[in-house]
Amino acid sequence: MKELLTGNEAVARGAYEAGVVYASAYPGTPSTEIMETIATYKGDIIAEWAPNEKVALESAIGASIAGARTLASMKHVGLNVAADPLFTFAYTGVNGGMVIISADDPGVHSSQNEQDNRNYAKFAKIPMLEPSDSQEAKDMVRYALEISEKYDTPVLMRMTTRVCHSKSLVELAERNNVPKKPYVKNLQKYDAVPAVAKILREKIEERLKKLEDFSNETELNFIEMNDSKIGVIASGVAYQYAKEVFKDGASYLKIGFSYPLPMKKIKEFASKVETLYVIEELDPFMEEQIKAAGIKCIGKEKIPAMGELNPDIIAKNLLGKENRVIEYDRSIVAKRPPVLCAGCPHRGFFYDLTKRKDIVITSDIGCYGLSSQPPLNAKDTSICMGAGFSMAHGAQKVFNKFNEKMKTVAVLGDSTFFHSGITSLLNAVYNKSNAVFCILDNRITGMTGHQENPGTGFTLQGDPTVITDIEKVVRALGVENVRTVNPLEISEMKDAMDWALSNEELTVIITKWPCVLKKLSQKDKDDFGDYKGLCYVDDNKCIGCKICIKTGCPALKYDKKLNKVSIDKTQCVGCKLCVQVCPKKAISKVGE
Amino acid sequence: MCDVKNILLCGVGGQGTILASKILSTCLVDAGYDVKMSEIHGMAQRGGSVTTQVRYGKKVYSPIIGRGSADILVSFEAMEGLRYLDQLKPEGVVVVNDYKIPSSTILAGLEEYPEDAIEILKAKAKTKVIDAGEIASSLGNPKAMNIVLLGSLVKLMGLESLNWKSAIEKCVKPAFVELNIKALEEGMNAV
Ligand code: SF4
Ligand code: SF4
Repeated sequence: MKELLTGNEAVARGAYEAGVVYASAYPGTPSTEIMETIATYKGDIIAEWAPNEKVALESAIGASIAGARTLASMKHVGLNVAADPLFTFAYTGVNGGMVIISADDPGVHSSQNEQDNRNYAKFAKIPMLEPSDSQEAKDMVRYALEISEKYDTPVLMRMTTRVCHSKSLVELAERNNVPKKPYVKNLQKYDAVPAVAKILREKIEERLKKLEDFSNETELNFIEMNDSKIGVIASGVAYQYAKEVFKDGASYLKIGFSYPLPMKKIKEFASKVETLYVIEELDPFMEEQIKAAGIKCIGKEKIPAMGELNPDIIAKNLLGKENRVIEYDRSIVAKRPPVLCAGCPHRGFFYDLTKRKDIVITSDIGCYGLSSQPPLNAKDTSICMGAGFSMAHGAQKVFNKFNEKMKTVAVLGDSTFFHSGITSLLNAVYNKSNAVFCILDNRITGMTGHQENPGTGFTLQGDPTVITDIEKVVRALGVENVRTVNPLEISEMKDAMDWALSNEELTVIITKWPCVLKKLSQKDKDDFGDYKGLCYVDDNKCIGCKICIKTGCPALKYDKKLNKVSIDKTQCVGCKLCVQVCPKKAISKVGE
Repeated sequence: MCDVKNILLCGVGGQGTILASKILSTCLVDAGYDVKMSEIHGMAQRGGSVTTQVRYGKKVYSPIIGRGSADILVSFEAMEGLRYLDQLKPEGVVVVNDYKIPSSTILAGLEEYPEDAIEILKAKAKTKVIDAGEIASSLGNPKAMNIVLLGSLVKLMGLESLNWKSAIEKCVKPAFVELNIKALEEGMNAV
């Protein structure tokens, strides 16, 4: 049976069919749906959200050593977090097979940087696969696990946004229930103390040689001979783009197994074609190795090493062909950046911050990062998960030392706090910071589309579990000044911030209110009540001062001609933030 | 391959472009085409600019199209049509919803909404204007706007004979099937 699946859904299906038993991840675009889909195979696969990628990989390592086929998935920057266990696991090798999915984001659609994680395969000296569509994504999970077990190594599989989020046809198969391998205690393999690591280091070099032989033999790297004038070596989605442009007018060496490269096959192919192009997305990963092997080819001279690749770039740069396009004045099209939803609990928190002077706001990665959009403009920095807290600490120390009247306010969410905010806060406590740390707890992982986390009371596969109480954790770390507030109550928020900013010691504010898009659990209903409704503006009272518009709520619309504000019924949820800011009391909630 | 057709749908997060493309792709697959579909996820849940691309034919390689290569551009919001007009083939067709959603920068007074967006589209390309909001409201649910627009697309691409009923049944909750079939028909009639 054939089905239209995204690359992410196909990876999940591949894991199911290949007999994976344990899988773990931390959500991150474009990788999130891999674990969400694996979770639906409850009963066959144990699927979990870990608080961060390092923990996800470490848990998967445990499962592999115990003897099961396992998978860990993450977005490209997540692999940076997980790099520590990865490099040593590359030494010890596996028991049950292990595939690690890195979802790279060429073009930076929804990330803080653009990195080519194929470099991690070379860096960690492990094999790497690169699917170019959903069918391959599914098939390669099985290949990866077989390679992993045969060569005793974790295998990296590099997806990219376009492979993750585009749908193509996939042929489905049954699950192959691979028997669990017995666990065998083996200190010479799994106990990476220096004496053991030195021996394993040598094994890795031997393994790489064997893997290169495999790379030359495997059907994952195949030649398609057509016209011999142009030869194309391509991997991942770049292969599809090349086929789109050259069709049968060129010959191809499709690389599905891209580390170690099949140098013999590449030499053979190069000798058969006149002009050789290497087409790959982001870094000249293959090209550099091919050139270093003394093979002449054209790559990054013509194909940009940054940004997302597409068929147009290839057609234009290699064939000099360009489509005719309609010319018009694009400058009149207004920007449409994503914004905090109408009724988002974060808005009340940031509305207060917009009123403050002499503060630096160090943010983190999550919906609250959207506070940089006008009219809130309430963010100074964002680097990576957990960094908001650590950076606030460092900056505050410097401001203090130079007697500057500056306060740093660090902002992260519940999921980010669990990810790595805890250790950053611990550092701040220990090193006597006096910055203000804010945890915006919206009871869910918001930005990636509502994943459960240690604070929500449910596991990924829907089982009720312990709810980690953030305030208790904060106190347990040694913080004494802690307040939990409702961010949509402006006076409560203001009080707490006044108190925090005037405090000489480290202070933590926890804002607690559910994301408006969250499906409320019974506990949420008990804790927060049924607050949803609708607000409206009384035309006779509104004077068009636009103070309400400054909250940045997308449901509020100002009409220039009428000089009045109105509220969009389809968006408003009745959070009442605007009700509180209107000086003329022109806004009320229906029924109140 | 020149038998491959390229469709671009664009709109604002929350308008249902993704569901419309899902029904479209499902139906094309059932009809035996090779199909690739690609969507750009915005960062937040709502309010950003959203596009999906659907390509179908005998054999489709790339999941994305480039500038100047869409056969049809369906815009769920007036200004978004202008944003992606450069993706259309000069001889292609625009279906634009007569519906405006100001963006956050417009609400904040930093930019102006291009009031003549639809006029510009008409001047630059073969354009069909549909008041999908009105049509959907007359069916009792303004949210079915997306399926009305899908209906217009189906007609203009000459895909009326495919089994849309079955595709809709596969993609939406049973309670909405009837409404969506009606919306699709009204959309076909509107062009
Ligand atoms: S998804 Fe939730 S947390 Fe994110 S912007 Fe919307 S309401 Fe706020
Ligand atoms: S704050 Fe009140 S008076 Fe001012 S524009 Fe908004 S609704 Fe009108």
